[in-house]
Amino acid sequence: MDTRKEKFPHGIPGHNLTEIEREIPIEEPPVWPVNDELKVIGKRVTRIDALEKVTGKAKYTSDIKLPGMLYAKMLRSNVPHAVITSIDISKAESLPGVHAIHLIENVRKEGEENNNGKYPMVKYAGQPLGGVAAESLEIAKDAISLIKVNYEEKPFVIDIEAAMELNAPIVFDEPITQQEDGGDVGETHDGSKGEGNVRGPSTSSFFGGPRGDLEEGFKEADVIVERTYRTQVHTHMPLETHGVVVDWNPDHMMVYASTQNTNAVRNEMASIFNLPKSKVRVFCDFMGGGFGAKHSAGSFGPMAANLAKKTGRPVWLMLDRQEEHIAEGNRPNSIQSLKIGARKDGTLTAIQQRSHGTAGVNLGAGVGRIAQILYPCPNFATEQYDVLTNAGPGAAWRAPGNVQGAFGLEQAIDELAEKLEIDPLKYRDLIDKSEVRKVERQRGAKLFDWSRRQAAGSGKGVVKKGLGVGQSTWPRFVTLDSSVEVKIHNDGGVEIRSSVQDIGTGTKTILAQVVAEELGLPVAAITVNIGDTFFPVGPGSGGSVVTGSITPPARNATYEAKKALLKLVAKKWETDSSELFIEDGQVGSKKDAGLKMPFKEATKLMRTSQISKIASRSNDYGGFQQPWGLAYGDLGSVQFAEVSVNTDTGFVRVDKIVAAHSCGRPLNLGQLESQINGGVIQGVSYALYENRVMDNGTGHMMNANVDQYKVPFSMEIPEIETLIVEEYGARSSTDAYGIGEPANIATAAAIANAVYNAIGVRIYEIPITPSSILKALNKVS
Amino acid sequence: MNKFSWYEAKSLEDALQQVNSTVSEQLYEHSGKASVFKSGGVDVFDLVKEGLLKPEKIINIRNIPGLDKIGYDPKKGLSIGSNVTLAEMASNPDIKTNYLALHQAVNHAATPQLRNMSTLGGNIAQRNRCWYFRSADHECFRKGGDRCFARHSDTGENENHAIIDNGSCVSVHASSIATALMAFNASVVIVNEEGEKKEVHMDDFFVTAGKDIAKENILQAKEIITEIILPAPSKNTKSAYIKQVARESYDWSLGDVAVVLEVSGDTCRTASIVLGAAAPVPYRSLEAQQAIEKKTINSENALAAAEAAMSKARPLTKNGYKVPLFITTIKQAILEIS
Repeated sequence: MDTRKEKFPHGIPGHNLTEIEREIPIEEPPVWPVNDELKVIGKRVTRIDALEKVTGKAKYTSDIKLPGMLYAKMLRSNVPHAVITSIDISKAESLPGVHAIHLIENVRKEGEENNNGKYPMVKYAGQPLGGVAAESLEIAKDAISLIKVNYEEKPFVIDIEAAMELNAPIVFDEPITQQEDGGDVGETHDGSKGEGNVRGPSTSSFFGGPRGDLEEGFKEADVIVERTYRTQVHTHMPLETHGVVVDWNPDHMMVYASTQNTNAVRNEMASIFNLPKSKVRVFCDFMGGGFGAKHSAGSFGPMAANLAKKTGRPVWLMLDRQEEHIAEGNRPNSIQSLKIGARKDGTLTAIQQRSHGTAGVNLGAGVGRIAQILYPCPNFATEQYDVLTNAGPGAAWRAPGNVQGAFGLEQAIDELAEKLEIDPLKYRDLIDKSEVRKVERQRGAKLFDWSRRQAAGSGKGVVKKGLGVGQSTWPRFVTLDSSVEVKIHNDGGVEIRSSVQDIGTGTKTILAQVVAEELGLPVAAITVNIGDTFFPVGPGSGGSVVTGSITPPARNATYEAKKALLKLVAKKWETDSSELFIEDGQVGSKKDAGLKMPFKEATKLMRTSQISKIASRSNDYGGFQQPWGLAYGDLGSVQFAEVSVNTDTGFVRVDKIVAAHSCGRPLNLGQLESQINGGVIQGVSYALYENRVMDNGTGHMMNANVDQYKVPFSMEIPEIETLIVEEYGARSSTDAYGIGEPANIATAAAIANAVYNAIGVRIYEIPITPSSILKALNKVS
Repeated sequence: MNKFSWYEAKSLEDALQQVNSTVSEQLYEHSGKASVFKSGGVDVFDLVKEGLLKPEKIINIRNIPGLDKIGYDPKKGLSIGSNVTLAEMASNPDIKTNYLALHQAVNHAATPQLRNMSTLGGNIAQRNRCWYFRSADHECFRKGGDRCFARHSDTGENENHAIIDNGSCVSVHASSIATALMAFNASVVIVNEEGEKKEVHMDDFFVTAGKDIAKENILQAKEIITEIILPAPSKNTKSAYIKQVARESYDWSLGDVAVVLEVSGDTCRTASIVLGAAAPVPYRSLEAQQAIEKKTINSENALAAAEAAMSKARPLTKNGYKVPLFITTIKQAILEIS
C-alpha cells in the first residue's frame, strides 16, 4: 500500500496541543487543521432540516400513507406466564373491514415433532401473539378485542430478588443457548450457564477479564468502601413509538421504518422472508428517537410484512405508548455490590464488583465496563449475573450497563475520597489517568465554581444545597462497514447518499458540513439523502459510532469527487490539478490568482452528467486498539451537579448541571450541546423520576403511559451548561466521534453525590424520591 | 375506544331527558346501553380510551347556555357555572382577590392545555387516578371486583395512595381544586329531571368508599351540576393552598392542603382545613381545625395542628412519607397566613 507521512494536530488546544506525524494511505485527503482554521466544521451550523421539523412538514414513519394501505394492531397476552391452549379468531375475522389476521406460531423444523405446542409460551404480560390488518386502526383495535385467547396460566415471577430464590417459578424451562447482546455493546451474555432464573456470570469485556489478585489487593488497602447500589427499570420513551409501514411489491419489499439501523432491519427482513438483501429496501428519513431500543425489526416488522403478504396491500403498524413501555425495551435494573480498597495515599489497590439485573425475558442486564476501566487498578474482578423474570425484554439503552455501573462506582469513589479526607475532585486527579478528563475537571470546576462546596450536611435551614461530581468513560467505537456515495451533478448540485439514518441528533447536518468544508461550498448547497438501504451501507445509530464511522468516508468520497472535478478544470486551464482548490464556491489556482471559475460552471465541464465516488471507512491512522474497530482514547466526561434538597418534604431539585465532554474534533457545537442537554435530562430523570412500576401480584406494568411514568417536563429541567473540550487524536480524515452515550452516563451519579453533600446521608438507590430522602433522614418510620 | 353516538344537548331539560346513567354506574356495573354526560371531556374520554367506559351515547353538555358564568357579589359570595373552564377561573380577578387558596389551587392544577379544556363541574365529578382503577386488567372494588390491589400488603403499589380512611378502597380523590373549594365551604348546586334545584354542601357532595364503593360523589343519573357557590369571605378571612407534586410542570397531587382562617390580629378565630390526596375523598381535618382555633398563629401551634391532622393517618406499605409531607405542608400553609 502506498503511503505518505503527514503532520496532524494532536492533543488539547490550550492544554497540550502539539503535532504528530502519521503514515497514512496515499489516497487519504490532506490534514485538516484545528477547527479554528476551518470554515463550517466545528461551527454552530443550523440543522439542515430544522424548518421541516418545527413546521411539521417532516414525514415520520407514522405519517406514511400509501394507496390501499391497511392499518394493523398487535394482539398481546394479558397474562404474564401461560401456555396458550387455543385462540378463537372467528368473531374478529367476520368483523366488516378486517382483511387479515396473522397469529405467531411455533416453527416446526422438518421431521421434528412439535412438542412445544402450536403457539409460543407466554412469558410476560404484553407479549405479542398476533396481529390484525383492517381498513382503519379503530376496526383493527375492535377486531383485537374480539379475539379470544385461552390460557393455561402458570406461576410467574416479576421481582428480581424473588426470581433469584431457588424455589421461584422458572421463566425459561428450556435452555437459552443464544448469546444475546441484550444491551451492552460488544458484550456477550452467556445464557447457557447458571441455575434457576439466574444466568452467568459474565466476567470479562473486550478490555479483558479479571486482573491481579483481589485478596492481596484488599490486604494492601488501608481504607475499604463496600456498598450495595440499586437502580430501577427505565423504559426508553422515544416520542415516536416503534413501527413500520410495509409495502410488499412483486419486485421488492419496501419497509418504511422508525429505526436506528436501516441496514439491520433490511438484513432481518431478508433473512426472515428468505429474500435476497437486494430485494428489501428499508427507508427512514425522519426519526423520533430510539435511545437503543430501535435496532431491529422487532416482532411488529415481520407481523406487518406477513399481513402485507396475506392481503397484497401496504400495511401500517405503529405501536401505541402502552405497548412501547411494556414490550419494546427498557434499561434493566441492577443490584450491584462494590468493594473498593485504597492505600492512605489514595492509590487504588482492589475493585470487586458483583451485580444482578433483570432484562425481563432477555439477557444483557450487566453493569458495563466502567468499574473495570475508569480508574486503573491492578486487582479487579467483576461477576455480572442476568436474572430472568416474567417482564418485557430489556434492550440497549444509551450506554447500556454503564449508566447503572457509574451510579455505583462514582458514589463509591466519592465515599472513598471522604474516608481519605481528600476533596472528591482532587481525588479523581490523583487516580484518573485520562488527560482529557483532567482538563474537563479543571475547566468544569471553574465554570461550576466547585470551590463553593461545603462539608456534607453542613448547610443550615430546611432546604440544603449540595454539589457533586461524576465521571464517565465510553469507548471510541468505529463501524468499519460504513460507506457513502458522493455525487457532483452537472447542474452544480452535490449529493451525499448512505443507508445511515439520522436518529435525530443531526447526522444529516454534519454530513452536509463535511462535504461543504471539503468542497468549499456553503452547507445549504449539499443535498443529504440518507436512511435508505438502496444506498451504500452505513452504521447503526448505536454505541456512539455514527460520527466516527461515517464522516471519514464522507470526507474521503468528497475528496475523490473533488479531485475528479478539478482535473477537468485543470485540463481546461492547461495546468496541474494539484494546484487547484475550491473556496467560497469558486475554483481557484494557487499559482495564478487571476484564474477563477464558479463551482457550477466547473460542473458543466463533465463528460457525463455526474461524478460519483464511493468510499468506505478506512482503518484508523496509527492502528486500532482492537482490530474490529475500537479506536484509541476514550470519550471521557465529567459532570457537576448542584441540587437543593428540602429536608422536610424530601423533594430534590436539580438546580444546575455542568457537563464537560470530549468527542475528538467537535463538528457542530449547537448539535453537540443539544445532544448533551438530552443526555443530561435523561440522567436527571433516571436519578429522580422515571421508574417502571410492576404489580408483583398480577404481572402488569401499572404506569405504562406518560401520565404516571414520570419523565421530566420543562420545570424539572435544570440549568445545563455544556463545556466541549476539543481533543485531536489524528485517527481519521475527520478525527471526529459521537457524543450520544457519554452525555448520559455520569449524571445520576453526580446528582446522588450532590444529594449526599446536601444532607450528609447517602442514598444508594434510584430514583431518589421524597420517600427515600425522608427515610434516609429518619423522618419516616 | 368503542363506537358511540354523539348528542349535542341544547338545554338542561334536553340533557336530562337524554341521560340514563352515570359514568360511575357504568364503571361499576358495565350495563351497556348507557348514555352519559361529558362536559370538558378530559376524564370521560380518558376512561373511554382506556377501555373502561363503553358508552352507547355521549351527551355533550359543554355547550348548554348559561353555565359558563362567574359571578361575584361581596355580600352573597361567588358563583361559578359548571361549564366555566379552569383557565377562566385561573384568570378571574375576583377569585384571586377574595379566594386566594382557590386561585392557587386552580393555577396549580394540570397543565395550561388541560385547564383550557377542563370545566369545574367535570373537575369535581372526575374519577380517581389509582393505577389499578385505571387499568382494564384489574377488576378492583370500585369496578365491581372483589379486592383492592393497591392495599395488598405484599404486592400493592400504593405510594400515591390514601393514608386516611383507607379501609376499603385506598385511592385518593383526583380533584385538587375540590380541596380548596371545600375549605371555602362551597356548595354544589344540582338540578334534576323535574327541574328541582338542590344545594349540597361540599362536605356532603363526596361519598366515602366505606359508604358506597361504586361512586365518589352523590350524583345520580338524572342529575346535573349547574354551579358551585362559595359564601362571601369576611374581611378577616385569609387563605392559603399548597400542593406537593413530584413534577412541578404537571402532576397529580401527592398531598395538598387548603387552609381558610378567620383571623383577629394574629389569632385564629375559626379554621377550615382540608387535605387532598390524603383520603378517598377531600378530607376535612376537624382535629387540625380544633387545634388551631382560638390560638395564636405561630410555628408551634401550626405544627400542633398539622400533627393533630395526622393523628388519623394509617399509612400503607409504601406511602409512609406522606405523613411528614402533610405535617410540613399543613404547617407551612397555616404559617403563610400569619
